[in-house]
Parts: sequence; structure tokens; C-alpha cells
Amino acid sequence: MITITMPALSPTMEEGKLAKWLVKEGDAVSAGDIIAEIETDKATMEYECIDDGVVGRLLVSEGQEAIKINAPIALLLEAGEDKAALASFIPAAAPAVVAARPVAAAAPAAVTPVAMQAAPQQTSAPGSKPGGRIIASPLARRLASQKGLDLARITGSGPHGRIIKRDLEGVQPMAAAAPVAAAAAKPAANELALFPEGSYEIVAHTAMRKTIARRLTESKSTIPHFYLSIDCDLEALMDMREKLNAQTPKGDGGYKLSVNDFIIRASALALRRVPEAHASWTDAGLLRHKHADVGVAVSIEGGLITPIIRHADSKGLAEISNTMRDLAERARVRKLKPNEYEGGTFSISNLGMFGIRDFSAVINPPHSMILAVGAGEQRPVVRNGALAIATLMSCTLSCDHRVVDGVLGAQFLNVFRGFIEKPLTMLL
Amino acid sequence: MAENTYDVVVIGSGPGGYVAAIRAAQLGLSVAIIERDQLGGVCLNWGCIPTKALLRSAEVFHLAQHLDAFGLAADNVRFDAAKIVKRSRDVAKRLNGGVAHLLKKNKVTVIEGVAALAGKGKITVTAKGKSQDVAAKNIILATGARARQMPGLETDGKLVWSYREAMIPEAIPPSLLVVGSGAIGIEFASFYRTMGSDVTVVEVLDRVLPVEDAEISALARKAFEKQGMKIHTGASVTGLERGADKVTAKIDLGGGKIEQLTVARVIMAVGIVGNVENLGLEGVGVKVEKTHVAVNEWCETGVPGIYAIGDLAGPPWLAHKASHEGVICAERIAGVKGLHPLAAGNVPGCTYCMPQVASVGLTEAAAKARGHEVRVGRFPFAGNGKAIALGDTDGMVKTVFDAKTGELLGAHMIGAEVTELIQGYCIAKTLETTESELMHTIFPHPTLSEMMHESVLDAYGKVIHF
Repeated sequence: MITITMPALSPTMEEGKLAKWLVKEGDAVSAGDIIAEIETDKATMEYECIDDGVVGRLLVSEGQEAIKINAPIALLLEAGEDKAALASFIPAAAPAVVAARPVAAAAPAAVTPVAMQAAPQQTSAPGSKPGGRIIASPLARRLASQKGLDLARITGSGPHGRIIKRDLEGVQPMAAAAPVAAAAAKPAANELALFPEGSYEIVAHTAMRKTIARRLTESKSTIPHFYLSIDCDLEALMDMREKLNAQTPKGDGGYKLSVNDFIIRASALALRRVPEAHASWTDAGLLRHKHADVGVAVSIEGGLITPIIRHADSKGLAEISNTMRDLAERARVRKLKPNEYEGGTFSISNLGMFGIRDFSAVINPPHSMILAVGAGEQRPVVRNGALAIATLMSCTLSCDHRVVDGVLGAQFLNVFRGFIEKPLTMLL
Repeated sequence: MAENTYDVVVIGSGPGGYVAAIRAAQLGLSVAIIERDQLGGVCLNWGCIPTKALLRSAEVFHLAQHLDAFGLAADNVRFDAAKIVKRSRDVAKRLNGGVAHLLKKNKVTVIEGVAALAGKGKITVTAKGKSQDVAAKNIILATGARARQMPGLETDGKLVWSYREAMIPEAIPPSLLVVGSGAIGIEFASFYRTMGSDVTVVEVLDRVLPVEDAEISALARKAFEKQGMKIHTGASVTGLERGADKVTAKIDLGGGKIEQLTVARVIMAVGIVGNVENLGLEGVGVKVEKTHVAVNEWCETGVPGIYAIGDLAGPPWLAHKASHEGVICAERIAGVKGLHPLAAGNVPGCTYCMPQVASVGLTEAAAKARGHEVRVGRFPFAGNGKAIALGDTDGMVKTVFDAKTGELLGAHMIGAEVTELIQGYCIAKTLETTESELMHTIFPHPTLSEMMHESVLDAYGKVIHF
């Protein structure tokens, strides 16, 4: 009998939702068959069987959320086995034989080096070692699985940080681990008490919502943020953009540059120019990044996602523009692969198209800076002692003070503004 | 004065005290240990070790009487009580010297004399009429315990013995009454019965070895009675009439039945009391509860810098518990990180009677009383090849698991060599294994330890050889 387990579809994935079963009990499957769709915090992926057999039992139901990776999800009977073999399956023992693999993960270059470095930092929690193995006693493991406790969040007090039974005392199960129906039916009672019954409807959290909540709460509560704002004159840039767009070739190689494409390139070049600011804080040490992988927040239904333009500092405006368009379109239909949105070294959030003048953004770990870009608009300015009209864009940089000090952030912003206001220098 | 100042001063050099002293010294602290009698304390001079030497003689004697079963023959098998006792004393002496060597090797200063607390961080040591002051940043009290005396049943050293006289008999008494069936009482009962005494045991509780699992107690009683021991449970000795070379005991058998029993000697083994007297505890504010120093889980007395370990600090009265507390205490004083208090549920207990009894953790009844839904496994010695080859087919290994979590709650064994086997379950408990790891462990064949495996398998309906 083969146990099929929840796959780790990306380095940061901790749990997933079984979106859809494509097989039912009794179905014969062979290697390569798609047996299920798994929804992670960011994407839905097909799950491919790598063994031949007959589906003996589906251990989780369709729509079940918060299934921990490596948790058994189905049992596959091998040739010659009959249903009686299923009786020997002990849920808690969970022999993690992975009999299927995610289709997307089979794609080449699934994880970039940056994502690999970032992963331990994101998942690093008290009980886990840098290698990702959680040291816990067998009894602690079993109790945790029975009570729905996440060992990665528990500090071990045994030898070398081993998690033992007493460390689990008083630990509450994670809300996410509770069945959705129960969670929806019985949310935190004291908060609900503030609102009269019938005056609201409860919308269950999606996997994406929960990830946003967790990651940003972690960011805002663990990263010392500070903010720097600057105004950039867009006149030369608008002029250059108009000229370049007018010269786009028909068909292949065509482009339509947006202001945001310039901002991506200017950011990437500024990161290269001010390498001290281009870094990530980790317990192991400061990661100085060698390539500018710029993430751009894209609003999608139910949340947002930050696809990444890899090596944006060595890409031209047209390539940046076309790559960004492709990523944004696929993000909206949730077809991004994890390696297209995980990691990155810097991010941009642009709300200019909604008329926002300026705002500050929450840093997206493991980045140390995020640039919040407001609308380009005509504003009165004083030039040489006289009022004048200029097209200005306000940008606010959020910095992780552990990595970037005030002067360093200011240097970066000034270099950035230099590229924006003198766009020809972006050609250098 | 400065040369009489130490980081740690330990009072009492039994298995708690000398281990604490050595560990503290290993951690770089300056340590002195004060002993009023013999290094090693009761354990190795008058307890654990010399009794094991006596019981070894009894075991060999027993085998010699049953040579025919092994196809051997020897005529006129006899013993010499004086030689048996001398061997036992030589064993104790050798270990006593060993402790002195270990303390010296670890640069622990040994001070002979009687110690009393004389204020904050100050101890007065009196020896041969002279006294000196010793200053200590930390004091570990490890003065141990002594046999409990009962009014009217006091030991006299001649007819009514404590463990101490029982260990150095001039001759094996023809008849013996043992009052109390805990480990100490039962070990002496077993020794003297094997050596030919007519032994009667009186136990106030409803079974022998009352701290053990009820099933184990019952098997032990059956084995002892088969050997010819008389056992009265739920009974008490209400009076002793001491004659010239005999004692007549009045035994209340319960239900209004009184029996008169005349024996050559009586051994009193009705528990122990802590050596709390004349230590100056009251003066410094160390609290005594009943006959023991009150401590928290870290052996702290509540008075800063004063700790108590071992028998003095309460049950279980076991040398290995004292030693372990000594280590924890020394490490805590030295500021070692990541310590845990002693886990009472992981302290094993061993009784070296024939057959041996060993256990760790909760009995089946205690587990149920604590609300555990249990799974119980049993495996008899009669189903084990090695036991049959040894000719020791009486005994059982019993395991108690939490049915929900698979936690090993307790293990209870009776039979040959079980005192050497129990550590396997102790490791399992310390590592917090579940039934699964024990099932997947490969036990060597042919050994008695296979029964430990089978007992676990039995708890889950998978036993192979029975």
C-alpha cells in the first residue's frame, strides 16, 4: 500500500487545500495521471501520480483546507492488494511515502537561489533548525498531530532544543488547523459579541487571505519600519515615454511602456548603484543581493500577489514592460508558478492609477525595502522664487532599519529620483 | 578564614551528596563535603550495595541446592554466615574507598565531623570536641534518612533488628519476623528465607510490595509463599515481648483475629525518617514537613542558597533519585541552562528479592485513576526461550500505555534479571517514545529483553510468541 501525502509545492508552503479530487475510490491510476488539484496560498496546482495502482481510500475530502505538508491524503493499493490492506493504515504514523508529484514543481528552475535563501528565514520558527527538520520526541509529534499543534511554532526545552511533551502543555491549536466549517460557524466569540447578530455575514478566510494576514502581521511586528518620502519630477520621463512608445515596432518586439516600467528599471538600477541597501536581514547574517529581483504588487481577486521581474537591472525597458504584462495577466487568473512570486529582493507598490497621492507600504519579507508610488499629477511648485507647474510623483520608501539606516535609504531614494528625472541616464 | 570558604558545601556524602559534590566540582565550583560517619552514606555502606552482596550469596546457594535441575551434582552444600557477611563488608569497603578517590580526584575537600547550619552561609563542623566554621555560598543538605521506629516495636540491635543489624548477622536465625513488606523488608525476607530461616512477613497494607502494580504484587506473593514464606497482609504487629533469645510478637490479622508468633529475631522495615535533627534548620528558617525538609521541584528549601536532596527531601527513597537530584542541584547552582526538574514518573524502582521486581512509571491502577484510557500488555517468562534455558520461567513483563497517545505510562516486571532490564523502558520514557518506536526496535535473540518487546506488542494485539 502506498500513502500519498500532501506535497510541498513551494519552499514556503506549510499547508494546502485539497481543491478538487480528479479520481474517486476504486479508480485505477497510472503514473502521470493527474489525481487532484491542490490550492496553496498563492496558486492552484495539479497533482500528478507517480505510481500505478487503485485508489483505495481518499483520506481528505474535497475542499478541506489547512492540510499540513506530508500529511497523508490518499491510500493507493498496489497490484495484488485488496481493500483489507487499508485496515493496517494508522493515521498518526504517517509513513511519508510521496507517491505523486506536483506538475508545476517539475518545471525546470523551480526555485531560484534567492528563494532558497529566503525560505529558511520565512519558515524559521523556534522549534525548527536551519535545515528545516523539527527535532521533537515521538510522543510530542503524536500529541501535536492529534491536537492540531504546529511544532514549528513551539520552542523545545529538551536537549538541543528538542520538543518534548511538556513543551506542548498549554499550547493552543492554530486557528487555521480547525475545520473550516467549525471556524466559520464559531469564530472568536468575544469579537462577535460586539456586533448584533444578523448585522453581518461571515466570509471564511481564503488561503491567500490567511497568508497575507500572517506574512504582513509578521512583517509589521518584527521589522522595524521607517519611512522616507520624496517627490520626483516626471516631465522628462513622460516626454521620453511618449517618444519611445511612438516608435514601437508592429508585431514581434512591440511594447507599450508604462510609467511603472520606468520605475521598475530605475529601482533596479538604484539597487545596483547603492548595494548596501540591497540586502536582507537573516539570523545567519546580512544577505547582500547580487541581482535586482524586483517584485511588483498586483491586485487580484481576493487579495494581491507580487510577481517578480528577475534581474531587472539587466533587462531593458521593453523587456521589463512585456514581462510585467505577462506576469500580471497570469497572476489575475492565478496561474503563476511559485518561482514567479516567491523570493525577490525589493518590491514596488503603485496606487497612482487610483489617484492616491502618497502612502506607505508594509515591507514584504525577506525584502528590506518597498517603494510606495503615488499618482503623477500637476502640482504648483516654487522655482527660482516663482510659482510654476510641475508634474510630480510622490514616492515613499519603507525601510527595514535593521538593514537600511536613514542616510542609506535617502541615498537610494536620491539615486532613484536621479534616474526618474533624467531618464536618459537609465540607458547607461 | 578565606581557605574555609567554598562555592558549595554539601552536608552528607551518600549517593546524593557525593554525586552533587563531584558534579559541582566538575562545573568549576570550589566544593567541600562534610561527613560524620563513612563516605558513601547508607547506600554503599549499609544499604543497596552490601545487601546485593548478601543476596548474591543467597542466589548462588539457591542454585547450588538445585544443581540436579541443571544436570550437576555436589554433595554437602553448606554456607558460612561469617564469610557471607565478610564478603558483603569487603564489597562495601571497596566502594567506600572508591568514593574517597573520586572526591579527591575532583578536588572536593572532605571534612570529617558533624555539621550544623550556623547562620547565613555559615556551617559549624564539630569533630572530636573541636569545632570549625565553614563558609558557603550554597549549601546542599543531603543527610539522608534512618529507619523509622514504632512505639513498642523499637529496634534493640540484638533481638529486634533494623536493616543495619540484619546485614551483619552472626548466624542465620532459625525463625524471623519481618515487619513491613517494602523493598527493604522483602529483600531481607528473601535473603533469610533462601538461607533457611522460617520467615513470616507482616504488612499493614493489603499486599506485599505495595508500591508495585497489583498484578506484580500478587505474583510476588505467590512466588514467596511457594518458597515457604508466611505472609500476612492487612495485618499489624501490636506488641513485641522480648525474651532471652526469642521474641513473641502479637499480630493483629484484622477482623479481630490476633495471633501470637514466637521467632528468634525480628526485622523492622516500616519506612524511614529524614535526618533533620541537630542541623540548625530552625535557626535559618528551613522548613521541615513531617520528617523531611520541604523543597520545591528544584530542591530549593525556600531559604536562598540552601538546598536539600535525596531521602532528606522526601520520597521516593532511592539512591538514584538522590544522585539525579544532586546533579540537577549542582547544575542549577552553576547556572547550567536548559535544566528540567526530576521527572518523578521516570524514576525506576528495583527490589532484589527472588524473583526480582522492577518498575517505572504508573501502575495500571494509578494510570486509570489519573483518567488515562489504557492499553495493557503482558508477557510471561514461560514464553521466553532464554528464560526457559536459564530455568527461570516464573515472571511477567507488563506494560501500560495511554490508549489515545501511545505514551508508555508504566512498565512493571517480575522475574530473573528484571532489575537489569528496566532501564530499557526508562530510556524509552525519557526519550518519550510511543508504542511505535518500541515495536520497531530490534531486540536481540535470545535474551530476556525480548519479553519487553513482546509485552508492547501484546498491548496492541500483535504478540508473536504467546
